[in-house]
Amino acid sequence: MNRHYMFSLIAVLLLFLIAYVGVAAVGLEVLFGIIIPYAAIVVFTVGFIYRIVGWARSPVPFRIPTTCGQQKSLPIFKQAKIDNPSTKGNVVIRMILEIVLFRSLFRNTKVKVKEGGKLFYGYELWLWLFALAFHYAFATVLVRHLRFFTEPVPQWLQLLENVDSFMQIGLPGVFLSGVVLLAAVTLLFLRRVLLPQIRYISLANDYFPLVLIFGIAFTGILMRYFIKVDVVGAKELAYGLVSFHPTIPEGIGAVFYVHVFFVSVLLAYFPFSKLMHLGGIFMSPTRNLPTNTREVRHVNPWSYPVKVHTYEEYEDEFREKMVEAELPVDKELPPEPEEPEADETSEEKE
Amino acid sequence: MSDTPKPEEILSRSHTPPKTGWMDTPINIRPGMYCYASNPKSVDYVGLPYPRQWNPMEDDWNLPENWKEIIFEGMRDRLDRFRSFKVFMDICVRCGACADKCHFFIGTGDPKNMPVLRAELIRSVYRNDFTRFGKIFGKMAGARPMTLDVLKEWWYYLFQCTECRRCSVFCPYGIDTAEITIIGRELLNLLGLNIDWIATPVANCYRTGNHLGIQPHAYKDMIDFFCEDIEEITGVLPKPSLNRKGAEILFITPSGDVFADPGTYTAMGYLILFDFLEKKYGLDITWSTYASEGGNFGFFTSHETMKRLNAKMYAEAKRLGVKWILGGECGHMWRVINQYMDTMNGPADHLEVPVSPITGTRFENAASTRMVHITEFLSDLIYHDKLDLDPSRNDHLKVTFHDSCNPARGMGLLDEPRYVIQSVCKNFYEMPSNTIREQTFCCGSGAGLNAGEDMELRLSGGLPRANAVRHVHEKHGVNMLACICAIDRAVLPPLMEYWVPEVDVTGICEMVGNALNLPGQKKRTTDLRSEDLPGMEEEEDADE
Repeated sequence: MNRHYMFSLIAVLLLFLIAYVGVAAVGLEVLFGIIIPYAAIVVFTVGFIYRIVGWARSPVPFRIPTTCGQQKSLPIFKQAKIDNPSTKGNVVIRMILEIVLFRSLFRNTKVKVKEGGKLFYGYELWLWLFALAFHYAFATVLVRHLRFFTEPVPQWLQLLENVDSFMQIGLPGVFLSGVVLLAAVTLLFLRRVLLPQIRYISLANDYFPLVLIFGIAFTGILMRYFIKVDVVGAKELAYGLVSFHPTIPEGIGAVFYVHVFFVSVLLAYFPFSKLMHLGGIFMSPTRNLPTNTREVRHVNPWSYPVKVHTYEEYEDEFREKMVEAELPVDKELPPEPEEPEADETSEEKE
Repeated sequence: MSDTPKPEEILSRSHTPPKTGWMDTPINIRPGMYCYASNPKSVDYVGLPYPRQWNPMEDDWNLPENWKEIIFEGMRDRLDRFRSFKVFMDICVRCGACADKCHFFIGTGDPKNMPVLRAELIRSVYRNDFTRFGKIFGKMAGARPMTLDVLKEWWYYLFQCTECRRCSVFCPYGIDTAEITIIGRELLNLLGLNIDWIATPVANCYRTGNHLGIQPHAYKDMIDFFCEDIEEITGVLPKPSLNRKGAEILFITPSGDVFADPGTYTAMGYLILFDFLEKKYGLDITWSTYASEGGNFGFFTSHETMKRLNAKMYAEAKRLGVKWILGGECGHMWRVINQYMDTMNGPADHLEVPVSPITGTRFENAASTRMVHITEFLSDLIYHDKLDLDPSRNDHLKVTFHDSCNPARGMGLLDEPRYVIQSVCKNFYEMPSNTIREQTFCCGSGAGLNAGEDMELRLSGGLPRANAVRHVHEKHGVNMLACICAIDRAVLPPLMEYWVPEVDVTGICEMVGNALNLPGQKKRTTDLRSEDLPGMEEEEDADE
């Protein structure tokens, strides 16, 4: 199984070398600073839309939400309005809690066999915690980077930075989000490598984005605190990209281009990978539909008529036995050879 | 059965996966873990493709020559028709949260029973055939081409999933293995690869109206037989009607309830309830021999087969001219009714929004489907104090309740059965919270796997459920496991026999039948099983 994460480690190392050598030795700043980022953004945008449209084009023939609480039935029973939402408003709340707080993951348990053969299910919140830390740190880092793409830098962004570096360790102030991101991504990686069950199900496509994001965070932190690249130059390049006046300022340093290249690879890789869960979670039919399936009819756009065994066919096969058992029938038995008499007697009996 | 492992063996199974990767671990189809292949006659009767004799243990499954093409086209078609399938193929991040949520994984330790890997069996082929990335990077991207061994793996593991949806509760994206299994089985059925425990009930149901193949006259005989038993026990002879036009309500319940113990006692419970309501309040209800099946093994075959079998409910309701339908205790039946029936065979314009003729309660939650669950109906009656109940006749029972998967996770019917149980029996104890309600564990035999030949699979998969029952048995002396599902009533007795032999199994309406006083009844000294009621007997002796 090692080959899966070895493959990812080697792939990211190669990407590093490609960008580093490309810039430091060959001088391909334009390629790595302008052409590839633009291309990556195009691939990401087109790819993302393509995937969403692809999913959206497949209809939802049946309404199949997973109900995780009491249904709406009689007034005496308290409905679990979020976990079994019967209105669109409550579905929205359910979705927000899924997307913002990873509510389903929060339920996570771990089975243990205790002595005496008793199974025990303990809450297991590490995965939820790592995942939450990872996503929020990543989001914060992403937002913080808007500083490179805006002029003047909006005030709320300045505020965010102040909050993010409130610990005031050293100079420049350490951004917590970067540290948390690096730590969370490392823990998620180690979890995959160390837990036998998770290692067993992990593919190269599970390790690769983790290693790549590690590389992004690592080069970022390297530049900010250790190598201290030319921030003004970096911003000039970034701002040039978004204002469609791309430039390559002198002397930003190769590590910066590695950082940008990693981000570009991540963007381009995104739409073709499991990272599309970002879009997919909004479209999951077990979560994003109301559970009032008996109250409001759901229409299947491709519904087609099917062959059924009609009551007439059923009665035709069993009529004799049904009449004998005094079960009501729609059509009486065909008359016996001596028709009139038989008919009369049966009527008389009734 | 003689080869069935001992409980300790099942309990000590390791959950650590083998050294070889899952794609390189060959499949080992083992007796006790699979169900026999479908009988060609049954497949043919309902006109499903490729009816033939085949045996899972043999190398050659007599597949049609172009089977790979059929699977490929079948997948493409379903990716286009089911957003669920397409999204679930794409967005799994393999976080592993689902892994130990599956009763089959807990019981067997087989990593391919982790929901994520069960889905990956199909996803790997999807990546290979439908994604560019899979085509380029192959195995490294988790892709593999379809082969005979892969197909066999699909068959083996898709029939080791009971579509219980427990994993989908824990999945951060709501990925539902049941949905993947349903579509996977649909693909297998394109090649005639069903199991007989599903295929034959489907054919029976199509022909006779019920899975067990009970013909109309025999169905009536069985009901009559129950009525005679009820007369013996209570002194009152119920007179139910069958196939009666013009009734107000049509009652549909799984045929398992009229066929085998302890389901039959539940059927007697229905009869007692309806007799009481008829005499006291003039309830106007009929059974049907044509719509004599609540369950739907078509659900375990394909969406189309489900629709074909389900059509009978509305058709019969229309023919008889009833106002609405009342449904009995059954698990997957209620998932079909709650989430599929109206879409498939509705709109039921010939019916009316259900209104209880006794309390006047309008069941708004069933306003469109127009079918009400018996425990919803009962809860309403009990709340309005319309039943004459003597719970002391259930005093000898210490009851716990098993939430059936489908009513729990495909409906949310959780409090209704508990309310009814607690109204008819004073001793009620819940199992641990991670094993009930939406987190309930499957009986291990759902979705058509309740055959005899796969007993080891069933006993392994039933481990988590049985373990929780054992817990309340040891802690509170629980001796009765109540459930609202016909398959449960058929499969939990052997599961209890194996894991917790001191605990018996009952339907809810059986307990209602025991507690309900019928007008003009004699002194009740036995329960519906004709077993002496402790205490009641003594009293009688003293009277004499």
